[in-house]
Amino acid sequence: MYCLIAAESAIFTIFVIAYLFYTGKSLIGPQPRDVLRVPVFFTICLLSSSLTIHFAVKFLERGKVRVFALWWLLTIVLGALFLTGTAQEWHHLIYQEGLTIQTNLFGTTYYSLVGLHAFHVTVGLLALTSVSAFAVLGYVKQEHAERVKVLSLYWHFVDVVWVVVFIVVYLIGR
Amino acid sequence: MSAEPIVLRETSAVRPPLVETLHQWVTTVDHKRLGILYIIYALIFLILGGIEATIMRIQLIRPLNDFVSPQVFNRMFTMHGTTMIFFVAMPLVFGFGNYLVPLMIGARDMAFPRLNAFSFWMTAFGGLLLYFSFIGGDGLYGAGNAPDVGWFAYAPLTSPTFSPGHSTDFWTLALLISGFGSIGTAINLVTTIVCMRCSGMTLGRMPLLAWMNLVMGGLVILAVSPLSAAQIMLMVDRYLGGHFFDTQAGGSAVLWMHFFWVFGHPEVYILVIPAFAFASEIIPVFSRKAIFGYPVMVAATVGIGFISMSVWAHHMFAVGMTSNSNTFFVLSTMAIAVPTGIKIFNWLGTMWGGKILFKVPMLFCIAFLFQFLIAGLTGIMLGAAPFDWQLTASYFVIAHFHYVIVGGILFTIFGACYYWFPKASGRMYSESLGRLHFWLFVIGFHLTFDFMHVPGVLGMPRRIYTYEPGRGWDVWNVIITIGAFFQAAAILVFLYNLLWSYFNGEIAGSDPWDAWTLEWTTTSPPPVYNFSTIPEVKSRRPLWDLKHPEDPDWRYE
Amino acid sequence: MKASNRTTSKALCVCFGTAVAAFAQPASRSWSPTNIFAPDSTPADTIFGLSMFVLAVTGAIFAVVFTLLAYAVLKFRKRAGDDDQEPAQIYGSTQVELAWTVIPVLIVVVLFLATARVIASVQNAARPRGAIEVTVIGHQFWWEYRYPDLKVVTANELHIPVSDPAHPTPTFLTLLSADTDHSFWVPRLAGKTDLIPNHPNSMWVDPHETGLFLGQCSQYCGVQHALMLLRVYVQPREEFDRWVKQQSQPALASQTVAPGQRIFEATACVNCHTVAGTAAKGRFGPDLTHLMSRDTIASGAMANTADNLRRWIRNPAAIKPGCLMPAMGLSDPDLDAITAYMETLR
Repeated sequence: MYCLIAAESAIFTIFVIAYLFYTGKSLIGPQPRDVLRVPVFFTICLLSSSLTIHFAVKFLERGKVRVFALWWLLTIVLGALFLTGTAQEWHHLIYQEGLTIQTNLFGTTYYSLVGLHAFHVTVGLLALTSVSAFAVLGYVKQEHAERVKVLSLYWHFVDVVWVVVFIVVYLIGR
Repeated sequence: MSAEPIVLRETSAVRPPLVETLHQWVTTVDHKRLGILYIIYALIFLILGGIEATIMRIQLIRPLNDFVSPQVFNRMFTMHGTTMIFFVAMPLVFGFGNYLVPLMIGARDMAFPRLNAFSFWMTAFGGLLLYFSFIGGDGLYGAGNAPDVGWFAYAPLTSPTFSPGHSTDFWTLALLISGFGSIGTAINLVTTIVCMRCSGMTLGRMPLLAWMNLVMGGLVILAVSPLSAAQIMLMVDRYLGGHFFDTQAGGSAVLWMHFFWVFGHPEVYILVIPAFAFASEIIPVFSRKAIFGYPVMVAATVGIGFISMSVWAHHMFAVGMTSNSNTFFVLSTMAIAVPTGIKIFNWLGTMWGGKILFKVPMLFCIAFLFQFLIAGLTGIMLGAAPFDWQLTASYFVIAHFHYVIVGGILFTIFGACYYWFPKASGRMYSESLGRLHFWLFVIGFHLTFDFMHVPGVLGMPRRIYTYEPGRGWDVWNVIITIGAFFQAAAILVFLYNLLWSYFNGEIAGSDPWDAWTLEWTTTSPPPVYNFSTIPEVKSRRPLWDLKHPEDPDWRYE
Repeated sequence: MKASNRTTSKALCVCFGTAVAAFAQPASRSWSPTNIFAPDSTPADTIFGLSMFVLAVTGAIFAVVFTLLAYAVLKFRKRAGDDDQEPAQIYGSTQVELAWTVIPVLIVVVLFLATARVIASVQNAARPRGAIEVTVIGHQFWWEYRYPDLKVVTANELHIPVSDPAHPTPTFLTLLSADTDHSFWVPRLAGKTDLIPNHPNSMWVDPHETGLFLGQCSQYCGVQHALMLLRVYVQPREEFDRWVKQQSQPALASQTVAPGQRIFEATACVNCHTVAGTAAKGRFGPDLTHLMSRDTIASGAMANTADNLRRWIRNPAAIKPGCLMPAMGLSDPDLDAITAYMETLR
């Protein structure tokens, strides 16, 4: 999993570099400071989901499968909330501000970077949901804690990436 | 651990039907079978890439030739480069890594056998997708099919404006898919080496091949990902109306170059480090001495891995970077020459005082040493940026990188094929056919690539489908083309040797070379489970210790 | 290595290199009109000096290592009659390994410093007053030259004055591109520099000899990259000034070729081509105002004769398949008329 995280980090780094390189270089169209609203609530959702998944794993390691399942579910809910936040933000940007991936350099780099992250969140949620399904059906036991922990590493990675994206897009880029 | 392998006796069982055998091969997760699949796949594409090269050489044999149209020629050099790098060299390197790493570290398989199979089939599919473009593609000027944008696909030539139709997309998607396959294999290799070494095999006792595959795996993870990212961006530009590399919207063509070469330069180290690995295993065995300076070889390899991530813009000296940037990349490029040169000296030191046996694997490795030396020196010339302003994008640079990839990497891969052929097939190859292959290829290689430096120095740029007479390039192009035919003949001899020997070679036994690493303790070919009991080692050369109990390595390490 | 030793050996290398070069030069000029080792302009000369130094150093390294390798392969081979004893197993030697690390590091430092100096001298060269300014715009598959101060616009054949070392008049080129990446490479005048859209570049040449210097596009730009040729005419100052004067004139009108001119202006030709002083103001293709002052057409691919010109206009793709000038499907009489008109554009 660490190797996969390294590879994904390299991919995200390239998108971040492109974003930073093109900051301020859009020739036309909406600029970041005009249209971006800092998604504080949804960021808190995603970051706390790291905490909840951490607790979930800890409980599974101690054999408390039902508590684990609850915290795991909470993680999924928080992650899904984050995605709805992104969806809302994009809806606003496309329909109210007229910013699409085609509009200008900002649009291209913004949607690509945030979209790539959202894609990774989605894949993560699918994996988490599968585990949830297994847990509900009674297949998850204490001895699976190691595997579940590896999956949680991926989720932590997705959160760390969001921290970077947040800083780059909503703080530096504006 | 006993040195006597458990011999499997031939039973009189009926051979399974062909369909059953094919099914086993297609669904295999055994690292050895996947390794062989990678290698066979690569050899098929070697022939395809070689045909593309031959077509180009025939077209260039005289000025203003009309053997093929410019559109076809441009597709040829694009497909030749893309095929050879992604569907010949990388699969060969992954194939050998897959086959050898678990055997050499005393493991039963790779860490993730199913991921292993998945990665192979991703790579295989990528190659098929790329070649499908010949039939299904649709490109520039409505007459195109296969991609014709060069293997590094510079923007904005790849934008929909200048590459309408789908030919560029075949390039992008084929490489994106096989790139994910490569990352999968790298994850597997790194995890296997880090986690699955047998008892007693500390990192400092691993064979050099394992070390080098570890570094190579790390480089794949860090370098192929930027290419994937850039290709995703290119697809966004081509299909979603994005502007990553759209110069008219303020985008930067130079940004593509940076992203590509951040991949492209470590890529060549991904290819050459396993070549070093083969040399580091073969040269000691046929000099009958331990590798000279194992710790420094490891340190130099790791150093090369790190530095290789910092030299990429030496492919961009003519692009108009500032003098400070150019100067920095000169420094890093020259710096990487130091650990690379050290390795040549270490191999020299290994042979020094030895008893060299000129078996076919060693012949190829000796040629590698001379050729890699020259390749490295022309690399230093190219690293001096102002000199590069004349030499880059000319036939000099083509000569240089073919010297590295063919004269360096392919030669050691041939050596590796002959060295491990007995292990994988259980039979010895024909020594005389192997020598014929060697000498034909050496003659062809030198005819083509030594003389190729000359037109470069005389001003012949690369990627031109024809040239004017009176530039002084004519005779050199004739010689270069003749060499290509020698190389083609050599490859045919090689393939024939492999096939003939597989069916008719004498039985090899488990250790035909009197070698010292773990793969030679098991049968030839190894059983599916590799080792009946997982070995335990006390030094870098466990078999040496067993064969020389009065003078074991662990007393000196 | 002490500093004085290093400088001495560097000086020796340069002397050696220059000696080689001095002997090689007359021969090398005749080997090829685009020989990088036959420089005739300051940046190319500087690069040549550095390249001789680098060749000397790498040549020396090659000689030493090649000899050692050959010696080892020959001396330490297993001979017939040798016993089967394994040779002494030597695992390493700190002194030897240190030596062969330190020496390469020193060589690298020397090469780096030599290179850094040349980079600075070429890239950061001052622009003297009296330097000629040319804007080069790369197109698929031709070269556009604009002299902003001299008000000249031409294509494919660049004219610049020779530069007197006492009062240098180098030519500074600003490199732009209208479409894909190109590269300007005239080996005997300078190293190559790319023309990249949205990324202006700058290079300079400082020729010492008059004459015609050849080169071609060196960055793959599409189907006809191979025949995007460069011709640089280095002329004595007076001749250059005369050329400038002639190029700044608009086209001379002539009644005899009026039919040809009419066809030219009525067909799509004017969408792409400019003929100064007429209705033709297209910028996609080369400026044709002084077409007959050029030795070649189709960016160097053909000699500028009436026959060739007619063949070209009739079907450009027959000569340069994939080029962007379409065949207009003109009838023979129309072709004759247009060619006659072109022939008056001196």
